[in-house]
Amino acid sequence: MTPDKRSDYWRANLRLLTVLLIIWFIVSFGFGILLVEPLNAISLGGYPLGFWFAQQGSIYIFVVLIFVYAALMSWLDKKFDVEED
Amino acid sequence: MTELEMWSYGVVGATFALYIGIAIWARAATTSEFYVAGGGIHPVANGMATAADWMSAASFISMAGMIAFGGYGGSVFLMGWTGGYVLLALLLAPYLRKFGKFTVPEFIGDRYYSQSARVVAVICLILASVTYVIGQMTGVGVAFSRFLGVSYEMGILVGMGIVAVYAILGGMKGITYTQIAQYIVLIVAYTVPAVFIALTLTGVAIPQIGLGGTYIGDDSGLSLLAKLDQVVTDLGFKEYTTQVMGSSLNMFVYTLSLMIGTAGLPHVIIRFFTVPKVKDARYSAGWALVFIALLYTTAPAVGAMARLNLMDTIQIGPVGSETGNLVYDERPEWFKRWETTGLLKFEDKNNDGRIQYYNDANPDFADKAEEFGWKGNEMVTVNNDIMVLANPEIANLPAWVIALVVAGGLAAALSTAAGLLLAISSSISHDLLKGVMMPKISEKSELMAGRLAMIGAIVLAGYLGLNPPGFAAGTVAIAFGLAASSIFPAIMLGIFSKRTNNLGAIVGMITGVTVTLLYVFQHKGIFFVKGTEFLMPELGMGANWFLGITPEAFGAVGALANFVAAILVSTLTAPPPEHIQHLVEDVRIPRGSGVATGH
Repeated sequence: MTPDKRSDYWRANLRLLTVLLIIWFIVSFGFGILLVEPLNAISLGGYPLGFWFAQQGSIYIFVVLIFVYAALMSWLDKKFDVEED
Repeated sequence: MTELEMWSYGVVGATFALYIGIAIWARAATTSEFYVAGGGIHPVANGMATAADWMSAASFISMAGMIAFGGYGGSVFLMGWTGGYVLLALLLAPYLRKFGKFTVPEFIGDRYYSQSARVVAVICLILASVTYVIGQMTGVGVAFSRFLGVSYEMGILVGMGIVAVYAILGGMKGITYTQIAQYIVLIVAYTVPAVFIALTLTGVAIPQIGLGGTYIGDDSGLSLLAKLDQVVTDLGFKEYTTQVMGSSLNMFVYTLSLMIGTAGLPHVIIRFFTVPKVKDARYSAGWALVFIALLYTTAPAVGAMARLNLMDTIQIGPVGSETGNLVYDERPEWFKRWETTGLLKFEDKNNDGRIQYYNDANPDFADKAEEFGWKGNEMVTVNNDIMVLANPEIANLPAWVIALVVAGGLAAALSTAAGLLLAISSSISHDLLKGVMMPKISEKSELMAGRLAMIGAIVLAGYLGLNPPGFAAGTVAIAFGLAASSIFPAIMLGIFSKRTNNLGAIVGMITGVTVTLLYVFQHKGIFFVKGTEFLMPELGMGANWFLGITPEAFGAVGALANFVAAILVSTLTAPPPEHIQHLVEDVRIPRGSGVATGH
């Protein structure tokens, strides 16, 4: 495998990481802590929305993020021909 | 023997028999089986084992109570202890799996081509893990003494005995299969009472939805959370859904510290060495979080509902009315039972024979309290743990549900203890003995050494459980603080920065640990020894002097110091040799991963 291809694969991985970690940050630190007051003005059923993100929503989104990462990385592994035998 | 004790003995006995059965079936014959369960664990199975490994006595017994009394502020534990898995899955686990060795210090030693780095990592690992394991041992002792009518000491000895059987015989292999069984026990034990209580209060069987549902205990039509807000603010407590922990900044840093600390805890990381492939490590982290989320999204419902039940039990009528408070002599059975343990304590301050439970520290409520003839909060102790332990009784659930909760608490404590003990013993037999002192040791001798180290670790954990040192109270501050400030940055830089060299990593780890521990010890005393605190208010170093951040939340600051020091020192000194740069490149691509090996 050429060094160029290696670094392309790594850059693609870093791009994906960055996007997913931005979402990770927004749903927990953003919606759950920094923006919790304005979001609490909105309700989701009996939940104030900010409170919901802090105690429920962020956790569900964390789970989704990891599976999205795993699936997209499997796809990248194939695309760059670096998957395991 | 009471009915409850019979059920408790039956259920706990059955689970212990199951664990021993698994131990006999899953014995380890090689070092690979002892350290990484042979490397062939299915990602879903490993996810389940990781969930049990991770969820400790604190998650099972204490967390719902911390949320019940912390309200929204308790969210730091929910987000912090789950968000770390995103970091683990994206930044550490797959690469460490590709590296394919047995222990965390081994990666640090190889990547930074330095035995000193490896030894520094071993010290951090042992300090963090030992602090953590004491909490599990005391949890086991407490569960036994409260429910099974045996002494605290006897409880710890029995717990040690059970862990010893499967950890010494089976190593990681025995621990993995037992953890899977323990996960099932603990999740059933946690959700069954939660479903009952959600049904009673909201008519919805799913606690996660019930928490956002309508309260059906009266005809107000309020949502459960609005009802709870009303009930607690009527008694001068802070509004449940908005009360913060310290400040927003403190919550931010606390959450970040718990996330980084979670990702850096060695006993969690080593679980990902047991799956066959890099791809499996990624998915397995996702599965782990699914199984963890089942409990972690239920906990806030348990917390809020148990708090509401508790308030309603005591405040039986309108606040301030003559008959609004429960008569002490008419208190329910569970109240009496928990009073004998000291977790609940009542003091009749105004001698009216009734219980007043309100916030006497709130100056805005003082006038009202005086008008009612209240002379202070009379529930002088309401321990956090009561929220889970007494929850089934408060909700009038049958004895078998309570017995299930006991078995679940024990499963949570024992599964975490076993994972920690393996991390400790493998760092002794594999890192210190084979890695540093006797590199030529045969596999058979190393396996024997691993078993001996395990025995030593169990004896030490039991001893410290029986004689808890002051720092046992500092699991969050010390274990998460150390993992966040030393191990996480060292591994992450090792993967993502080719330029970080041996000196940078060592200086970084030492800086991170020093910054964290100094701040913690300054507040809590050196190793939590009372009287050795060294806050210096005259120099502007009073309580929480650094931006109002509490010592428990300081790991992230230590991690930042580690990153800065490591990068700075690495930039000023020679880059790592070429073969190390190749090693980093190799770790970054999945192809070529084999089963984890010791060479």
